[in-house]
Amino acid sequence: MPELTRADVAHLAGLARIAMTDDELDRMVGELGIILESVAKVQQAPIEGVEPMSHPLPLTNVNRPDAVHPSLSAAAALAGAPEVDQQRFSVPRILDEE
Amino acid sequence: MTDLIRLTADEMADALAAKDISSLELTRAHLERIAAVDGGVHAFLHVDGEGALAAARTIDERRSAGEALPRLAGVPIGVKDVMATKGLPTTCGSKILQGWVPPYDATLVTRLRQSGLPILGKLNMDEFAMGSSTEHSAYGPTHNPWDLERIPGGSGGGSAACVGSYQAPLAIGTDTGGSIRQPAAVTGTVGTKPTYGGVSRFGLVALASSLDQAGPCTRTVLDAALLHEVIGGYDPMDSTSIDAPVPPVVEAARRADVSGMRIGIVRELTGEGFQAGVQKRFDEAVEHLVDAGAEVVEVSCPSFTYALAAYYLILPSEASSNLARFDAMRYGLRVWPSDDASAEQVMAATRAAGFGDEVKRRIILGTYALSSGYYDAYYGSAQKVRRLIYDDFASAFERADVLVSPTSPTTAFRFGEKMTDPMSMYLQDIATIPANLAGVPGMSVPSGLADEDGLPAGFQILAPATRDERLYAVGAALEQRLDAAWGGPLLDRAPTLASAFSGAMGSSYADARDGEGR
Amino acid sequence: MATTTTTEVTIPFVEALAAYEPVLGLEVHVELNTATKMFCGCATEFGAEPNSQVCPVCLGLPGALPVLNEKGVESAIRIGLALGCEIAPWCRFARKNYFYPDMPKNFQTSQYDEPISHDGHLDVELEDGSTYRVEIERAHMEEDTGKSLHIGGATGRIHGATHSLVDYNRAGIPLIEIVTKPMVGAGERAPEVARAYVAALRDIVKALGVSDARMDQGSMRCDVNVSLMPKGADRFGTRSETKNVNSLRSVERAVRYEIERHAAVLASGGSVVQETRHWHEDTGVTTSGRVKSDADDYRYFPEPDLVPIAPSAELVESLRATLPENPALRRRRLQSSWGYSDLEMRDVVNAGLVETIGETVAAGASPAGARKWWSGEVARRANAAGTDVVPYAASVGVTAAHVAELEGLISSGRLNDRMARDVWDGVLAGEGTPTQVADARGLRLVEDSGAIEGAVEKVIAANPDIATKVRDGKVQAAGALIGQVMKELKGQGDAAAVRALILARLTGAPSAE
Ligand SMILES: [Zn+2]
Repeated sequence: MPELTRADVAHLAGLARIAMTDDELDRMVGELGIILESVAKVQQAPIEGVEPMSHPLPLTNVNRPDAVHPSLSAAAALAGAPEVDQQRFSVPRILDEE
Repeated sequence: MTDLIRLTADEMADALAAKDISSLELTRAHLERIAAVDGGVHAFLHVDGEGALAAARTIDERRSAGEALPRLAGVPIGVKDVMATKGLPTTCGSKILQGWVPPYDATLVTRLRQSGLPILGKLNMDEFAMGSSTEHSAYGPTHNPWDLERIPGGSGGGSAACVGSYQAPLAIGTDTGGSIRQPAAVTGTVGTKPTYGGVSRFGLVALASSLDQAGPCTRTVLDAALLHEVIGGYDPMDSTSIDAPVPPVVEAARRADVSGMRIGIVRELTGEGFQAGVQKRFDEAVEHLVDAGAEVVEVSCPSFTYALAAYYLILPSEASSNLARFDAMRYGLRVWPSDDASAEQVMAATRAAGFGDEVKRRIILGTYALSSGYYDAYYGSAQKVRRLIYDDFASAFERADVLVSPTSPTTAFRFGEKMTDPMSMYLQDIATIPANLAGVPGMSVPSGLADEDGLPAGFQILAPATRDERLYAVGAALEQRLDAAWGGPLLDRAPTLASAFSGAMGSSYADARDGEGR
Repeated sequence: MATTTTTEVTIPFVEALAAYEPVLGLEVHVELNTATKMFCGCATEFGAEPNSQVCPVCLGLPGALPVLNEKGVESAIRIGLALGCEIAPWCRFARKNYFYPDMPKNFQTSQYDEPISHDGHLDVELEDGSTYRVEIERAHMEEDTGKSLHIGGATGRIHGATHSLVDYNRAGIPLIEIVTKPMVGAGERAPEVARAYVAALRDIVKALGVSDARMDQGSMRCDVNVSLMPKGADRFGTRSETKNVNSLRSVERAVRYEIERHAAVLASGGSVVQETRHWHEDTGVTTSGRVKSDADDYRYFPEPDLVPIAPSAELVESLRATLPENPALRRRRLQSSWGYSDLEMRDVVNAGLVETIGETVAAGASPAGARKWWSGEVARRANAAGTDVVPYAASVGVTAAHVAELEGLISSGRLNDRMARDVWDGVLAGEGTPTQVADARGLRLVEDSGAIEGAVEKVIAANPDIATKVRDGKVQAAGALIGQVMKELKGQGDAAAVRALILARLTGAPSAE
């Protein structure tokens, strides 16, 4: 396994939307390195040809009928919002993509 | 300490049914206990005295009116702060959800309310259930009632400590890798992780969706069964809910019959790595079961040695995605790094400020395990190991009706002991994790006190999926024999906290405070 | 990331096509018209008050869990079948992880490497009557996002806004994303093929009844991928992905523009940037959006909160039995049974009148009559009112039965053509059924043969010169006499009968009667 670098961690923190100081990044590189070394053990298991299992239950086709259920009131939906305007969730400007 | 709060939930239910006591009295007694001891234990993040008393009054009125009520109606309960409770703060032990009041109830909470259990409040936990000590709660740790300098286990330390210190006879916990069973073990209480899909996850704030399961935290096996029956069963709001009746857990707990049952000792989950006193109590417990008519077989589950590694890939992967929703846009904390920050920057700053170190570690780890180029090596391999573990269980259950092991390799450790070494903390769950990966039910019952430190140790029972009743048969049989051997429940030997704290703390439940600011 | 507003260099389409072969890829999102969202019971009505159709599930509140809409799955399968796809016997949802404020969970529940249907095709008809086969890679299920209003910017656009207001009513509405395989070999017809494909897809989902497919309302949205490769090359060039091209005309224009732009970049020795681009309806150009980067790591993994979908063979076959006829094949069949020319059929199709004419013919009208009445005055009035024929007819209460009735009045000899037009005006004015209007206006052909004969005699006597011409064999001169007779009869005569009578009287040809 290639070693996890500080740049890797910075990239991952970006993907995960967590701002990190240089100190935190340094610490995280060390801690994650140790953990990764340990969890990489899964690759040594006799997994050749084994079907991955994403879920412990052998269920399929769990559906609901297309019938309307009452929604929350807009007031209840917005009650926890940090900021509300015009019955909408007010959010900071979204980074310009154009 | 009044005798009322030392009754089992089953006894309380009897007394309520006989109208020897009212739910109001019972609820008030527990609120007083909370006020007296929770300053030292810190099991609660939020106490809802008013709501609990109102619910108790309603139950009393219905009972006086002659209504036939559910068995546990009127018996108060505490709920882990990971379950959404309408009108009651739900923080998951995290700053990022400080002040969030859900507009809906988890299905499990709805069932508690419908069954008439007054909800005393919300219980402390490691942040987003990541941890084995509650030291990762953003609101300060919960203390072990046996020794306040020690951890109560985690993530559900609040739930275990709550019942262990008689602040409630019943509590709800959740178990993703041992968060019900390990706290039960280190606090001398009982905890069950039902079969995956046996209890609705709707309203359970997800840590790892394919592993999480809510269950009962109690002082006796029968109480756990009674609560299991209330919260279990099919829920159309949860696609992974099993559409079948709750297994006959109460009947099994009452019969406590293990005659002819094959008890499998898992070779990989005993011996090396387990504290001597823990191992010794385990061996004795097995002897008790043999005395009760069970047969012992040894089984091997070789893939269990990879379980911890697989778990610490699958859990962070799912968690990294589940926790993405905490982004300061719709609810919870919002941190502005600058006045004109963009949404992206506000998200990053909020998550930096709102999540603790352990949560960040696991999110980053999960992000890595799922990222392109690494998926197969990490997440993909872990999924394959998961299949091997599932298969190991399947073959073990061909030879044994239940599997047993010590619940946790050690007794309660001191605060801070493992905080700087994540891997050593992770090892606490070595024996509990396989059940979550395979979806099978598990229970921890007290096995006694370890000789070297006089602290509680736990005995873990695992059963095949949907055969939860076997846990209760074995757990109750063991409990009966051990209680007889000890001359009473193990918890009778725990320190009585009231004397230590009633002076220091106010005596009214009204003083019971929010988790904030601690 | 400043906005580039300068128009980029393009070269003329013909030149571009002389040097390069365009390769297209279209990703079309179709919003299903289910009553509820994909994973919760919230209603999906368009235009509801903001955040009034949301619940813990579609708001992504902590603890909420999805449960799949059965109708959504069935609609997805029906779309797959209509596109000739294979239906997966087992498939799953996956989480597509990325942060965006209009996405409540910061992952989209979608399908990744296990789509519910895959490997189909759609034959689209082009203007010249030829057919182009579009290969379909996959049609998968996913959920829509919320909608943002951008506040504080000069134009209401995201650029320059101080903040945004999000409405999550749309979040969680079921979408089917239909992705084509690379479309090669269309050459200069590439823009037309793109448009025809989207139009054909729209017709299919409408015929299936699974979507309103209103591009103007966003219930059908199109992303256009374009790349060019030098003629004779076998490796695709770098593609651009133009987002949200939301009308048929725009699809055609955007493809054409991107071909011209790519060609200019390549011809000048540059290389095309792999990026998303924004289409500007007003100026007819695309502008640069986000450059694709390794930040687009969506970390897909199987959605653990949903269980696999395993449609049984019985279910698939029962859904196959509900499929309507392919709209293109059906049109061809109807055209031949109605006897329309290609041009007539195309007019009928473009006016959206296929169903209406079918109903009218079924109600007893002749195909020619049905076409005449619907695409004549009604179409003219609808056009004047700025709407399509079908909604216009509905708004004034005109039905297929009315047209059939009018036709019946003509064929029974009660009305002549001119009278029928009067009657039709009355019907369109809301005066009642054709019979009621004819009665009220006293319109009826003169049936009294004595009156007709009298009028014929009178007109022949008054026009001896013309009568002589007709007698001498100039039959076309009879037209003037017919007109005068009709005038005598105040328009209520049967022109054919009058003509026959005049000819019989002057040339001895046998009368019709
Ligand atoms: Zn909803």
